[in-house]
Amino acid sequence: MGFRRLIAPLASIVGLSLIVIVVFLGIYAWPAVKFNGWHFLIRNNWNLGNLYGNPIMRHGQQVMPGAAYGILFLIVGTLLSTLIAVLIAVPFGVGAAMFLAEGIPPVLRPWLSFFVELLAAIPSVVFGLWGYVLLIPFLSHHVFPFMAKRFGFIPFFKGSTGSGYGLLTCGLVLSLMIVPLIAATVRDALVSRPIGQREAALALGATRFETLWAVELPGVRRVIIASTILATGRALGETMAVLMVSGNALNYLPNNIYTPISTMASFIVSQLDSALEDPTGMAVRSLAEVALVLCAISIVVNGIARLLLYFSGQERMEAGAWM
Amino acid sequence: MDVMAVDVRAAIVNPTLGRSLRRRIFNGLGWMLSALTFLLLGAAMLSILILVFVRGAHALNLKVFTHITEGTSGGLLNAIEGTLIISLGGILLAIPPGLAAGIYLAEFNDGFLAPVLRFLSDVLVGVPSIVIGYFVYVTLVVDLGWQFSVAAASIALAIMSLPYICRTSEVALRQVPITLREAGHALGVTTGTVTMRICLPMALPGILTGVLLALSIAVGETAPLIYTAGWSSYLWTGHLTHEPVGYLTYVIWAFITEPFEGAHALAYAAAFLVTFFVLLIGVAARMVLYRNAGAQRHS
Repeated sequence: MGFRRLIAPLASIVGLSLIVIVVFLGIYAWPAVKFNGWHFLIRNNWNLGNLYGNPIMRHGQQVMPGAAYGILFLIVGTLLSTLIAVLIAVPFGVGAAMFLAEGIPPVLRPWLSFFVELLAAIPSVVFGLWGYVLLIPFLSHHVFPFMAKRFGFIPFFKGSTGSGYGLLTCGLVLSLMIVPLIAATVRDALVSRPIGQREAALALGATRFETLWAVELPGVRRVIIASTILATGRALGETMAVLMVSGNALNYLPNNIYTPISTMASFIVSQLDSALEDPTGMAVRSLAEVALVLCAISIVVNGIARLLLYFSGQERMEAGAWM
Repeated sequence: MDVMAVDVRAAIVNPTLGRSLRRRIFNGLGWMLSALTFLLLGAAMLSILILVFVRGAHALNLKVFTHITEGTSGGLLNAIEGTLIISLGGILLAIPPGLAAGIYLAEFNDGFLAPVLRFLSDVLVGVPSIVIGYFVYVTLVVDLGWQFSVAAASIALAIMSLPYICRTSEVALRQVPITLREAGHALGVTTGTVTMRICLPMALPGILTGVLLALSIAVGETAPLIYTAGWSSYLWTGHLTHEPVGYLTYVIWAFITEPFEGAHALAYAAAFLVTFFVLLIGVAARMVLYRNAGAQRHS
């Protein structure tokens, strides 16, 4: 009993740090929450106001004249880029996992699986570098004009393709970052399925692919769902790669898939310097409110995924520590 | 499951010509598509690795390791030093609470604290790193007046690393057979001694893997450092607070958008170093695990 009492406080630091993050961000952002109200989430005007004027009192808070903070464009940008990323990443992740688990010669399997797991460790700023140096010129010169011309009949595919910085580029880079996570997790789940079901299906005359598709894949349905949700959380909070390829639009709703956007996470990095110009501090507090909203979204997303896993009886997956 | 089994059987026991053709197409197409997804993923990843390693290798020279940054040229000695200091600092800060939480979750799973702690830790993994960075910025950098500093940056990285260390050490401790604990208790050894002297040494390779993994995440992080570490072109003078510090990932992000060849070369060199280090740690962590698995199989 003594030992347990001894390490419990130390262990609690892990849980407390999450609570402390939420509470302190909340306290810091509270004046902004009161000043902005619900308009924060549904308006599209991030405006620091006249920074050379004298501060005025509004809603009981001291702000610069004309200041208003609405982040609808951030919420839209974050959700759309994540949606694109997940729509691309799930089929690719599951397909790659199937190929890794059954498709390649057994000799190569550990090596290629190892390769995919290592890819999950590549830092996001390196993905950003790749997107900035190689992907954006390639997309803006070759792919986007072609897509706008040939696939213009699909909604949001038509129109100006811009400079290559934007929603679709963002989605592509994000999907590349989360595909290894989904692929590694689903592969591990596929490999650890009981062999009996597979043998039964094979004995009935099913081919290896039919077994994989109709027997194994439905068996790991929950893992696919949970890893998708967790990967969604990753994409929602991704900062550096998005910062380098999104175009960092301000107060701007996308009108096609090539439009520059900002996400909540990248906006915090790109705007803190200018927010510090606001002598009342309301801009910095509003950025804290952005961080708070982002934190809340990621807590909800991750919480749902965790509860899904706990209650599905799937003890925590041991597929890499990112889970 | 039932529906699936019937589907498969129906396809197998009635092998009409059309059906067998459809099966063939379905099988061929299925393998083709799954191979295609893997090949595309592999191609994109190889493109990233080639970009980083080829251009990075061209940019690497002795000066990178021996000189500090001057504006956007010079070397990366300050950034290499800074990255090592804040990453190691973060890991050292994260090990005691992370390991304690792992021990608690593995050994004392009966009370109300363990499930709560596990849930909070699992959710903390998913909290975006920029949120953690901004939290450290408003609390330590601004409110406590530490300014951009090694201490603030290390604490930001420590908070990020906590759940990884917690998770991996819990998993590693759970793999220690329960019979060993029972044997210890039967000999009259207290729980604390059983954990520290029997379970912990056996779980050490797993724990070490987790620590290495957290280290590789810390080395590759950028977002939580931008407003906690700041940037400095000079070597660290030993102050924990009130002194900004350089780090490699900043160079990648900030120098690649500069219009100078020299700045780009430094960015590629930094990308080479960071990626190489992260992949190296990844390989080392796997080797620790495999070697341990091998040793257990032989004994």
